[in-house]
This record gives sequence, structure tokens and C-alpha cells, in this order.
Amino acid sequence: MSETKKIRSVVNESGIEIKPLYTADDVKSLQAEEMIGLPGGYPYTRGIHPLMYRKQPWTMRQYAGFGNPADTNKRFKYLIENGQTGLNVAFDLPTQIGFDSDDPMAEGEVGRVGMAVDSLKDFEIAFGGIDLDKITVSLTINGSAAILIAMYLAMAEKRGYDIAKLRGTAQNDILKEFIGRGTWIFPVQPSIKLVGDTIEYCAKHAPKYSPVSICGYHIRESGANPAQEMAYAFAIGKAYIEEVTKRGLPVDAFANRLSFNFNIFGNIFEQVAKFRAGRSLWAKVVKEQCGAKDPDSMVLRMIAGGGGGGLTFEQPELNIVRGAYYALISALSGTQTMALCSYDEAYTIPTEYSARISLRTMQILIEEMGLCDTVDPLGGSYYVESLTAQMRELMEKHMQDVEAEGGMVRMVAEGAVQAKVSRQAYEMQKNVENGSFRKVGVNCHRVEEEQKSVEFHPYDEANAAAQIGATNEVRKSRDNAKVAAALSRIEADAKADVNVMPALMEAVKAYATVGEMTRALVAVYGRYQEPIRF
Amino acid sequence: MNGRRIKILIAKPGLDGHDQGAKVVVRALADAGFEVIYSGLRQTPEMVANAALEENVDVIGLSSMAGSHIPFCRKLKALLEQEGLADKLWMIGGNIPAQDHEELRRLGFKGIFPSSSKFTDIVNYIRANVA
Repeated sequence: MSETKKIRSVVNESGIEIKPLYTADDVKSLQAEEMIGLPGGYPYTRGIHPLMYRKQPWTMRQYAGFGNPADTNKRFKYLIENGQTGLNVAFDLPTQIGFDSDDPMAEGEVGRVGMAVDSLKDFEIAFGGIDLDKITVSLTINGSAAILIAMYLAMAEKRGYDIAKLRGTAQNDILKEFIGRGTWIFPVQPSIKLVGDTIEYCAKHAPKYSPVSICGYHIRESGANPAQEMAYAFAIGKAYIEEVTKRGLPVDAFANRLSFNFNIFGNIFEQVAKFRAGRSLWAKVVKEQCGAKDPDSMVLRMIAGGGGGGLTFEQPELNIVRGAYYALISALSGTQTMALCSYDEAYTIPTEYSARISLRTMQILIEEMGLCDTVDPLGGSYYVESLTAQMRELMEKHMQDVEAEGGMVRMVAEGAVQAKVSRQAYEMQKNVENGSFRKVGVNCHRVEEEQKSVEFHPYDEANAAAQIGATNEVRKSRDNAKVAAALSRIEADAKADVNVMPALMEAVKAYATVGEMTRALVAVYGRYQEPIRF
Repeated sequence: MNGRRIKILIAKPGLDGHDQGAKVVVRALADAGFEVIYSGLRQTPEMVANAALEENVDVIGLSSMAGSHIPFCRKLKALLEQEGLADKLWMIGGNIPAQDHEELRRLGFKGIFPSSSKFTDIVNYIRANVA
């Protein structure tokens, strides 16, 4: 009998069986021209630019933000001084869910997991002294994204930037918030309508701004496997495209500003194949199912590098090593932007020290390791090309399954995706506990240790009180009649089912607060009721 | 227990939306034969205390990932005592740093299961500690 009879079988997380050897026979059937092509051209398997990092390395954009806007401004400047090329803003939970810092629901949460923002004043402080033409800013905001996008555009306009040329990104992917992460506010339908409003408004007034970053990331964290992560993100992307095209805007007027956020932990080759396959599948979906004609609409732009689900509480220093591999995977996958999870992130907000280690990890790849020398260095590998083709087929199947179950919007509204990924998370956890899925430091190569090597980020009561005081000052000094009129307009426009972005722009410029604007929208849309389904 | 199944409330306190851990624990407890109720997100201390009272649970378990557990538990303790639920088993899991364990125990949250705890340990603890 042959050698292969005796070896253990290997199946990757997505469910594809891995052979011990790949040869030319495995790629013979792949039509190189059609399936793989060249970077910078359809179907973009090998990358979205002809020269990729040879022309410009990926943007380095560590997630940062805590306390009040002044603290965050200081951390931003520290990261920029250390060579970071973009900002990735963390907001506290009250801001993410539309509560002002003095709302009873915000007690104990102000500035805890990100920066507290109540009014335009806070953005003026947070981005003070930072050149928004040189450093692009990504806002990790979802439930209250329409408000915060309006605030960012208004802040830039006030500082003299032409918003028609302004670059930047908002996460603004509410469908994934219903699946994982949970910072929803409004019910599913009006939530999607608001995403549509931001896309439509930006297409017309801020065409360089990316109003949505569709997140496979958090769906993976919630229990999806890598192939499902991509398929579900694409199904969500399609839902947003449909929301906007039904208003009469052609897909080519905005699809080039949609971007993606993906997870990176797990098997190296599976992830690289996932991204190569994902690029070609998204191009195909936008072209064939959404009717795009402009090649620029078909391009999958992404941020990758974070992989919180892969990090461990045990032996946290090992997360530095994992982070380095995640960065390597991202670079081999042709990402546009990288944001690494810091080693202490399984516990707390990263310190300056741990944030700098993450930044230096990426810089080592760029400066020392030759990751920017040539495009798609794994392209042509029998294994990687074969796996790319299989992953693509699998992702397509998952997308068809979603369609068969009534589409992503319906599945989310009914709690069906949530139940499915949570069931898988449970199965995975059982596999970690029984040792069949290996995690170093968790179920093998353990050491007895105390939690000692991580410095905790403290919660600052005085800081929270100062934020509330500052917001009360804003409420006293602004023209409150103007604020009231702007808030009424938000409510009226929401009721009339027209785009609320112009009304939000007017309100943020009058220094209306996040909580006030959210309440105006809640008055019309109501609040989401979570389906509890197992 | 007079043969009645042990009944458990798993709640997500505060504004944090990271519920993967809570849901996974709900499934593990149900598989172990307990009757489990999951609260969903954004529970206030009042909501948790009310649910515990109305559902007549034996165990109240919180899942906290974003660091606001101590002020929450302080408020919840007062409410649970007020409702006469001091004799129930109070537990907490999630991202709970070691430095907070003593304070949580002092507040009455005796079962502490930080991230990376095992299902069997949680299950055995409940079986051993529900009167």
C-alpha cells in the first residue's frame, strides 16, 4: 500500500481536505488567463494594482482611541511620529450606541474602550494639528455612523478642506453588527436605509471618501469559518449595493468606494487563498450580479491584519509572535491596509509600548524582509493556486446558500446567521477543549503562570466627569434654537423617508450632540429588538 | 433540589456587544442538562435582577468583556439582596483581570471564570454550589 494510506487526514477550517503534495496536475484544469490573470486586471486574483507594494507599501493603521479627545489626539500624534501612515479611531461604547456621555446608560463607560465623542467640538480637538490630506482617518463606528461621518466631514470642511477631495473611511457596516459586535441602535430596515444614505451622500458630495467598510472580520470572530467569512461579507455588500441602486444611482457611481475588513488568524495558506479567491469572487459578483461596467467598481480593497480570535490569554507574549505571522499573511495576501492586534489586546487597551511593537512588526516586513519586492509572491504555487480555486468554489456555494435561505437581510433579521455562527463557535470551543484543534499555550505547550505580564489600562472617573463638563459647556454656548430646528429637520426627513445626511450635516455644524441626533432618529425608526435564537 | 432542573440566567451587562462567549456558555450549560435563559445584550442591573426574580433562577451568570463589571456588580448586588436573591449562586465570566477577583468575591460573585475557562469547570462548579 502507498505511503499516503498511513498519514492522518488534514481538513482546513473551511472544510477543504488538504493533500500531502500538490503538483502541476492540480493546477492543470485552472485556466490561468481567466481565473488568475494579472494583478491590476479582472478578476484581480493576484492583486488590485499592477505593481502593488513595489509602488507603495500598505497603509499602517493601528486601532487607537481612549478617554477624552485630548488623550486620543496625543496617542494619534505618538503613532504618527513613529511612522504610522493612517489613523483608525476607536470610540467608546456610548458614542457607538448613540448615548451622550451624561446619559444614565453611559455611566462607567465614558472613554473606557475608545474615545468619547458628544459633539463636533470633540472632533475638533481629536484631530487638531493632524493634516487630513496626509493622514487618512478610518472611523470604527457603525450604529451611529451616519452622525459621525457627518461630523467628520463638517470638521474637515470647517478646517478648510474640500470634502470633494477628502479621503477617509468609516466602518458603517450595520448588518455585521447584528451578527457580532452588537452596536446596533435602529431596527434592521432603517439601519440599512441609513447606510444607503451615507453611500448616496458621499457619492454626490465626498466621492473620494469610503463610507462603508464591510466586515467579514467580526463574523469570523463570532464563529464563521474563513470561507463563510468572505461569502457573508459579500452577501452584505450586495445588500448595500441593492439599497443604493434601487434609489436610481448606478452601481458604478459608488461601488468603487466600498471597502472591506477581514480577519487573518488561522492557517497561513488558507488565509492567503481566501483573499486571492475573495478578490476574484467579489469582482465577479459586482460585474455579473450587480451590473457594474467600470473595472474600478469590481476591485476588492481591504484592511486585514487583526485577528483577535487567534490571540490567547495564556502566555500573552506569544501574541507578539502570532501578530508577526498575521502581518506576514496580510502582506502575502495583498492587503491595502494593515492593523495588527497588539499582544495585550486580549486583556486591555494597548499601551504605547505594545502599539509600537505592532507598528514595528509591519515596518520590519517592509524594511528587512522583502515583502514589497514583488507582487503576489505565492502566485503560481501548485498548492496556493489549487486552494484558491477550491476556496472560491466554496465561497460561491455559501453565497448561494444564503440566497436559498432568503438572503442576508432576512437571515440577519430572523437571527438565523447569528444562530449558525454561534453554533460553530461552540463546536470550535469544544474542539479546543478536547485538544483536537490545537492552540499553543491553551491545550498544548502550557506553562503554569499568573496574569502578570500585561499592564492594564485604568478607567478614569475624573476624565469621564471632565468630558461631561465639556459637553455641558458646548450645550450652553451654542445657538439652541438652531439646534432645535436642525433636530426637527432630522426627524422630518427621516419620517419623509428622504436622505437624512443633509439634515445631520446641519445639526452637527450647530453642535447638536450624538445623543440628541440619535433620539431624533429613534423617534421615527424605533429601536432594534434582538431575536434570541439558538 | 427536589429533582428540579437547575435553572440559570446568563446575562450580558452594559453596552458591550461581544456576545460570542456568552452564547457559547449558554449552549454548553444547556448541553450539560441545565435549564438556561439568555438575556440578550445591554442589560441594566435592574433588568438582570428582574429577570432573575421572575424566572426564579438558581444561578445568575454575567458575561463581561469590556471592563465595566465592577461598577455593574456593585449595583446588581444591592438589587439582588433587595429582591431576596442573596442565596442564589452569583457568577461572572469573560475578560475579568485577576486584580478584580477579590473585589468581585467580596461583592458576592463567588464563581469567577475568566476567558479560557473550561466548560467542565463551569458545569462542575454549578453542580457543586447550587444548594
